[in-house]
This record gives sequence, structure tokens and C-alpha cells, in this order.
Amino acid sequence: MFTNNTEVMAAALGPGPMVPAVFRVQRTKKETSDTFTMELLPEEGPQEFAFAPGQFNMLYAFGVGEVPISISGDPARRSVVVHTTRDVGPVTSALRRLKPGEGLGIRGPYGTGWPAAEARGADVVIAAGGIGLAPLRPVLYQILAARQHYGKVVLLYGTRTPADILFRRELEQWRSRFDLEVCVTVDRAVGSWAGMVGVVTKLIPRAPFDPHSTIAMICGPEVMMRFTVQELEGRGVATENIYVSLERNMKCAVSFCGHCQFGPAFVCKDGPVFRYDRIQPLMAVREV
Amino acid sequence: MVNRVVRKNVRRRPGGVAQTAAFAVCGRFGLVRNPAARRLIMSDSDPPGEERFVFECDQLDLLLAALKKHGYRVVGPTVREGAIVYDELRSAADLPVGWSDEQEGGRYRLLKRSDRAHFGYAVGPHSWKQFLHPPVRRLWQASRTQDRLEIVPEKDDPPKTAFLGVRACELHAIQIQDKVFLRGGYSDPSYKARRENAFIVAVNCGHAAGTCFCVSMQCGPKVGAGFDLALTEVVEETRHYFVVQAGSEAGRQILGEIPHREADVSERTAAERIVSRTAEQMGRAMDTTEIKSLLYSNYEHPRWESVAARCLTCGNCTMVCPTCFCTTVEDVTDLSGKHAERWQKWDSCFTTSFSYIHGGSVRPSGYARYRQWMTHKLAAWIDQFGTSGCVGCGRCITWCPVGIDITEEVQAIRSAAPLPARENEENHGNA
Ligand SMILES: Cc1cc2nc3c(=O)[nH]c(=O)nc-3n(C[C@H](O)[C@H](O)[C@H](O)COP(=O)(O)OP(=O)(O)OC[C@H]3O[C@@H](n4cnc5c(N)ncnc54)[C@H](O)[C@@H]3O)c2cc1C
Ligand code: SF4
Ligand code: SF4
Repeated sequence: MFTNNTEVMAAALGPGPMVPAVFRVQRTKKETSDTFTMELLPEEGPQEFAFAPGQFNMLYAFGVGEVPISISGDPARRSVVVHTTRDVGPVTSALRRLKPGEGLGIRGPYGTGWPAAEARGADVVIAAGGIGLAPLRPVLYQILAARQHYGKVVLLYGTRTPADILFRRELEQWRSRFDLEVCVTVDRAVGSWAGMVGVVTKLIPRAPFDPHSTIAMICGPEVMMRFTVQELEGRGVATENIYVSLERNMKCAVSFCGHCQFGPAFVCKDGPVFRYDRIQPLMAVREV
Repeated sequence: MVNRVVRKNVRRRPGGVAQTAAFAVCGRFGLVRNPAARRLIMSDSDPPGEERFVFECDQLDLLLAALKKHGYRVVGPTVREGAIVYDELRSAADLPVGWSDEQEGGRYRLLKRSDRAHFGYAVGPHSWKQFLHPPVRRLWQASRTQDRLEIVPEKDDPPKTAFLGVRACELHAIQIQDKVFLRGGYSDPSYKARRENAFIVAVNCGHAAGTCFCVSMQCGPKVGAGFDLALTEVVEETRHYFVVQAGSEAGRQILGEIPHREADVSERTAAERIVSRTAEQMGRAMDTTEIKSLLYSNYEHPRWESVAARCLTCGNCTMVCPTCFCTTVEDVTDLSGKHAERWQKWDSCFTTSFSYIHGGSVRPSGYARYRQWMTHKLAAWIDQFGTSGCVGCGRCITWCPVGIDITEEVQAIRSAAPLPARENEENHGNA
């Protein structure tokens, strides 16, 4: 009942459903004070890694643990696996400490992807909150690579402070394009910030898109996604044209461990990207 | 962490009600006469050509010997610490001969029977999932040297195992876990190997416990399919024998190696009568009519508050349930920091850590956790695997320290709920 546009891809990395493949850190780039982007290469030598934007991998930090992290790289660049992670606890912090050349485990890719194919011919609204921009970046690359097939493309991005803005240089490049509308807002303006202040939902009323022919893709904290959907609905976007990416605890990512259940859905397999109308009733219930 | 069943309110020592016969025990709880029971049994009569055989009770050891000769480790029910548990059997004498049980919400106790029945009890705290989906299992080991990380998967070489005494509900539970681990897009190689190495000797139930409700879940007490051999134990004044049915080629081969003969009409009838009598002795029943939409439309029912006020969120129900499959993982390292391992362990949705994501648990309240367990078991499971997650074995009722009863909780929601919208599926129990 949840099967999305993207078929569940058979995981390509790892010798068994629960056994990671070994990759090495090629380089780590500091994005903000707590967020970093890693480029990873297979230990076994060059290898093609195909994924659908929106999918994630399980990353294992030696001896510490394994966590789900979305793929944040360009789907056209298949030789390298890219992840953008926010250091919030033991595993993500161990990943951050990895130096170039050091190894980690990867299983994946898992889950459903963003509806880039469905969105062809329509306007696209991409709304991101905080680290939520990372799982959306691949679909933006994908859309920009086939820009002529889409109508208006709008990126709405909200983050805590100007210092927390991810992919800053890329955002500037995107902002200078004539075929892409980029709006960034921060919760708290600090320093010389001259841009928008306030939550990302405030950007929706004035964003240029045709609500009756729009596909929206949202990723961020659950409250942010709820309010963004409300605003979009307010402008007339139907919930079957809205997609969100959910976060749940995941121990296996192959629907065996049971942790990621959201009603009848396994977020690891039926998600993380869901068409909103299919989960709308559950989104209204506390503590599902 | 919750792998051990907490037993409170349960008397550990075998009860001393020596004169109580099994059927009298059931009678004490009153019979739940379920009209569906009779219908089920009658429509379940053997397809034509299905043969039944007979061997005498004292030949049961020959069956064990034949299984062992074929390299099977035989596991089955045995008495330990006042309960019937599953463990390795050296001989038929290790079975709970002459024992029965008394079960109610939060209560379990063994009783002496007046006969020497080998299978005269209902299911205990163990289920076969401990052999197919072990409580603790190493997934892989990793080693780190200066310039290399290596991950070595666990070599899984499970022993050939014969399960002796698998009840109808338990067969259904195994088939449900097959759907979880073998048919969901990904397949669990460890489960698969264990499953393929299992030989199943099923037993038709001659005694229902006070917490049994397999009839209403369409999962028993008569064994349907999915076994290698199925036995019905017949204890008469002067004779004690088993009526046997072979369900697979492997079963026919093993049977061929022990003395047996074709069952006559009176033996077949005796066996049939035993299982139909058990069906009438169900201690409980669950009304599964449109249960999926009933639960999906009652996420906010006040009954969840009431059950949360009683529930200790101890997770016993999930540990004893033969279909609950959730696991967590644990990472360990040695002191040198060069060696690490990843272990998989049974987990329970009753813990707060189960649903933890950065910032806190998704289901901090007991309300949400009990609701998750029951709604998953009886509703979401149908969407996920095409079958209910409950087989009516009653374990969660018996082993709940406060006696929370899933049949009663469903009834409470049903009686105070608006009628759910109609569903189009026909069957909301187990297919
Ligand atoms: C589909 C998906 C995609 C994600 N993509 C990204 C991303 O691109 N970038 C990013 O920064 N974060 C992402 N996350 C969140 C990320 O997985 C968590 O921040 C991370 O698990 C935190 O682990 P920790 O040990 O560093 O910290 P803590 O939050 O302190 O976690 C402590 C422990 O809790 C457990 N835990 C916490 N959250 C989770 C979880 N979601 N699943 C399983 N176990 C958990 C782990 O065992 C962990 O070690 C994603 C989550 C999901 C489900
Ligand atoms: S939910 Fe309770 S009665 Fe149903 S199968 Fe599990 S333990 Fe048995
Ligand atoms: S229902 Fe009973 S067994 Fe289950 S968690 Fe609650 S108290 Fe424990």
C-alpha cells in the first residue's frame, strides 16, 4: 500500500543483508560546526554505486555502532559514495573523527526515493529544514541535470542560524541560476545576515509555483514537515503531490528488526520517502 | 535485556493436585462454546487418500532414534523449574509424561495427570522461535589493523534439528515467521538455514489451556499443513498409542523406519474425536471481525489509557509470543580496540529505546507502546504479511505478570467503538 514511484532496489553493498562492505574515507569536508560531508571509496577498488535520490545507507563506525544516513551526493557520479552527517551522538561523532584512508562499513542503498520521474512536466518545490537538505540534494542534482523537463523549480531552505547553512558555496551557485529559485531563511539572524528570518513555512505563500501542477518534496524535523504540508495545502497543492522523508529508529534497514514501523509501514523499505496522502491519517496521531 | 521472562504471580513448584485429570482442569474454567469450532473441525476432515498410521506409545523412542540416526538433534517439551519448556530430548522419558498445566491470566502451574499422557498439556513459555530465530546471535566480527578494516560474516552452520511436539498454533506461528524472514523482499540467510534444517513432528492438542483461543484465530487445535509428521496421542484405559500422518517425503521416510501399521476406523475416529473435543474446550475466544479497521480507526480509544495503567511495559508478552520477531543489535569491542563484534538480540517494542531517535523516543508513553504492540499484531501485520500476527496460543496472557488479556482488550475496544467502515478482505485471522 505504500509502494512509491521508486521500486525498492536490491541492496548493492554488503555481502549479506546484515553484513557491511568496507569503504575508506577519501576526504571529509567540514560544512558547519557540527556537520560534515564524507566521500567514500570502496576498499575493493573502483566500483559503480547506483542509488535513487532519497535513499540511504547504513554506516558502521568500528566498534561503536551503525546508523542510517541518507546519500547526499550526485547520482550521476557513481564512483564515490557521499554522505552529509550531523554529529549528534556516539556514532555520528565517531564517523566525524575518521581520517582520510580510514575504514568504515556500509550497507545499502535502502528505501524509496524522491519522485523525480513523476515530477517531469510539473513545477517542483523542494523544502528542507536543517540537515534535511542533505537527503534532498541528490534529487536537485538530478532535476538540474534534466532541467528542460521541469517547470519552475524552487528550493526553500530553513536552518537555525546563518552559521548552520549547509552547502553554502553550492547554494550561492544555485541562487545565481536563472532557472532555479532559491530562498533561504534562518531562525535567528546573527552577524551580518541580511536575508530572511523565520521558519521555512513562511517562504511558501510567496514562492513562485503553480499549486495545481506542482510536486513538493520535503525533508526536515517532523513538525516542520507537518507545517510545510499545511501551507502547501493552503495554496492548493494536493497531498498526493506532496512527498516527505521520515526518520525512525533503524537497526537493520531490511525490515527484519521492526524498529522503524510507522503503522503498517516499515520506514526502511516502504519509506523513508512517502507520498503524504498515504500517511496523512497516521501523521495526525501522537506517538505512532 | 528483556530476554528473560519475568515471572511473578506464578507458582514455580509443580502443583500437587494429583488427582486432577486434564479435562477436568479445563472444565473448571468453564467451556467456551464457540460455534465456529465445530464447523472448523468438520470441514477439516481428511482429503481423500490421506493415510493414517498407528504406532504404540512405547515405540516413541524408536521415532527419536530414527531421527537421531538421520543426524537430527531432537528438541521438545520437558519439565524444568515448574514449567514445560523446549530443550534437547535424550529419550521419550524426558517428555512431561503424566503432566498437565493450568493457565490463566498471569498464572501458570503444572498439575499431575491421572494417566501417563506424553503431550497432555498446552504450550508453555517457550516457543520454537528460539531455535529458528535465536534470542542472541553474532552477525559478524570486525578487525582493525593500522591500515585495514575487515568484516567477516558469521558462518552459520545450524545443526539439523527435529522439533517434537509442535502444536497447530505453533505451526502457524512458524509459517508467519517464514513470511517475515523469507518473503519480504529481503531474506534472512540464518533463518533460512535453520528452517531448512528443521524436521517437524506436530502434535494435535488433546488439552486446551484456559488462555487458549486458537479456534477463533483459525489456527488450531487441529494441525493443518507444514509438518513432516503429525501425531495424535490416544490414551485409553488399556491402550496408549499414536495416530500418525505423514506430511512430507522426509516424514514418510522416517515413519518407514519405525514399526507402524495402517490405522483402522476406530483408531482414526478416536483421534478425530480428541481434537474436536479440544476445540470445544477453548478457554477464550477473540472476535476478529474486521479487526484491521477496528484498530486502525481506534488509535485514540480511551481503553489504551486503561491498559497502560495496568501494563508494566516489561516486554514479557513479546518474549513469549511465537510470532514477535523484533531485534536490536549490540556492538562490542575487546580491550585492545582491534576486534569488534555485532550481535543481534530479541528486542521488545515495550522499551522506550526501541523507538529512540535523536532527541527522544517516538513512543515515550506506555499507552503508545501497548497500542503499537497490539495494533501491529492484529492489524498492521495483515497489511505487512497478509496474515494476523496472532495465532491464539495464549502465552502473552499467561505470562503477563499482571494478567493483561489481548482478547479482553480487543473486546473492550470493540464494545465501545463506533462500527468501522467495511473492509473488502474476507479473512482477518490467519489464512
Ligand atoms: C532514513 C534516515 C536517513 C537519515 N539521514 C541522515 C543524514 O543524511 N544525515 C544525518 O546527519 N542524519 C541522518 N539521519 C539521522 C541519523 O541516523 C541519526 O542522527 C543517528 O542515528 C544518530 O546516532 P548517534 O549515535 O550519533 O546519536 P544519538 O542520537 O545519541 O543515538 C544514540 C544511539 O541511538 C540509536 N539511534 C539514534 N537514532 C537512530 C536512528 N534514526 N536509527 C537507528 N538508531 C538510532 C543508535 O544506536 C545510536 O548510536 C537519518 C535517519 C534516518 C532514519
Ligand atoms: S499475541 Fe499472544 S496469543 Fe497471540 S500468538 Fe502472540 S503470544 Fe500467542
Ligand atoms: S502487557 Fe503484560 S507482559 Fe506485556 S509488557 Fe505489559 S505487563 Fe508486560
